[in-house]
Amino acid sequence: MPHAPVAKHEPSPWAIEFRGVGRTLPSEDGPKSILTGVSGRLARGRVLTLIGPSGAGKSTLLSLCNLLQTPDMGEVFIWGREVRTWLLAELRRRVGLVMQQPVMLPGTVADNLAVPSRLHGRPQPDGYRLLQQVGLDPSLLQRPAAELSGGQKQRVALARILSNEPDILLVDEGTSGLDRESAEIMERHVRRLVASRSLTVVWVTHDLEQARRMGDETWLMDKGRVVEQGITEAFFEAPQTEIAKRFLRAGLRADRRTLAPGEEDES
Amino acid sequence: MSLWTLSLTLAFVVAAMLVSLWQRLGLEKDMLVATVRATVQLLLIGYILKFVFHVGNLALTAAMVAVMTCVAADNAGRRGRGLAGRFWRPFVAIAATEVLTQGFLLAGHVIPVRPSYIIPISGMIVGNSMVACGLFLNRLRDETQARSAEVWTLLALGANPKQASRAVVKAATKASMIPTIDSAKTMGLVQLPGMMTGQIIAGADPIQAVRYQLLIVFAIMASAAITSIVLGLLTYPRLFNRFWQLLV
Repeated sequence: MPHAPVAKHEPSPWAIEFRGVGRTLPSEDGPKSILTGVSGRLARGRVLTLIGPSGAGKSTLLSLCNLLQTPDMGEVFIWGREVRTWLLAELRRRVGLVMQQPVMLPGTVADNLAVPSRLHGRPQPDGYRLLQQVGLDPSLLQRPAAELSGGQKQRVALARILSNEPDILLVDEGTSGLDRESAEIMERHVRRLVASRSLTVVWVTHDLEQARRMGDETWLMDKGRVVEQGITEAFFEAPQTEIAKRFLRAGLRADRRTLAPGEEDES
Repeated sequence: MSLWTLSLTLAFVVAAMLVSLWQRLGLEKDMLVATVRATVQLLLIGYILKFVFHVGNLALTAAMVAVMTCVAADNAGRRGRGLAGRFWRPFVAIAATEVLTQGFLLAGHVIPVRPSYIIPISGMIVGNSMVACGLFLNRLRDETQARSAEVWTLLALGANPKQASRAVVKAATKASMIPTIDSAKTMGLVQLPGMMTGQIIAGADPIQAVRYQLLIVFAIMASAAITSIVLGLLTYPRLFNRFWQLLV
């Protein structure tokens, strides 16, 4: 793909755009390619589900969007601006990342929810409303965050990101540690945000049913490449590539078997 | 004490070497090197100090303090495992500590402006500052590694390097001050500090010796704090690259 000048500032219809993105990491047996030639784009208010086997590069692709990792090749545009030309604090405020393992910061739930506004020098958020947004009981506010269950932590982590008022949300296996009910609550709340404020979402999951439920578009990744991109319904109904057909067959047979957490490449 | 009586104390070294040989600790060679180095260095410094005190020149005194600071910074830099760079960050931290602490003692007329006061007290301040540097750098790296998930989480929320590293810098600062505080707590109960012991043996009034020792205790407490804070300000940016990604 040709390189566009980075100086363009007009609002872009594309929330996220990858142009020939590559990422290589050093390893014991020489440089290892994590991502190769990834291109594609996602419009505002759309939900992209990203599927593929462990180690396909899904988490790495997410972490390029808010520059927690730097692409070695190609460019990543957020709202039409290359990530490396953004003010970092602003980029990461607007592109929120829900990590696979939620990390609670020291203090209470309320302290955790107050962190983003403190970082960005903004007024304290309404913790009550934030917890309601993710379906948690506001009575949790004064509880030490470390004492919560896994599902509660995951939702507090989501609420903490929402207090930044992001317009793009990246979810990395956000529900893999949750029971089905908690996972569906998460899905519902994210879906509601997509509808109410045109949140753009990239949702990485091993759960094919979830990918189908949540997605407007779906990309299948394998060995660092995007092997198929399409509208979610079409992708699941009529996959085009042999590799996608095989992956879907294997995945559906395994049903809701989840791969061991931590196998996915870390961001 | 004559050189003859002093040489009798080499019996201690011989005893330690015999233990090492007997237990096959393999430390005899190190002990020999240590004994020779300590002897040569101390005898040498004895003559240098005698000369400096005799001349009584302040520029010469300052030069000696500068040399001490450089050696201490070099030593602390080795312990930093790359975090502090080779030399100049520990140097700035130790020098700032020495200038502030010693400056206060001199400006307040707590000690007289004489080489025989300035040099030994500087030695203690600089030595303590060097230890604090090493502790701080080790702990900063360990804390950052242990709490990297927390640091990454803050970065992902948009924290800048200063905000993201605040908790780990604080923990490292605390850790580097604890030994100084602990030794101050047991001072006089567990051990009689070296300076006081020396003064008493040299015939000083114990009450006077205690006063000087207290001065040192207070000064090194301040110096541990100053060192960690200055070094923290100089090193936290090195935990991150220009895209605010954690490197450690």
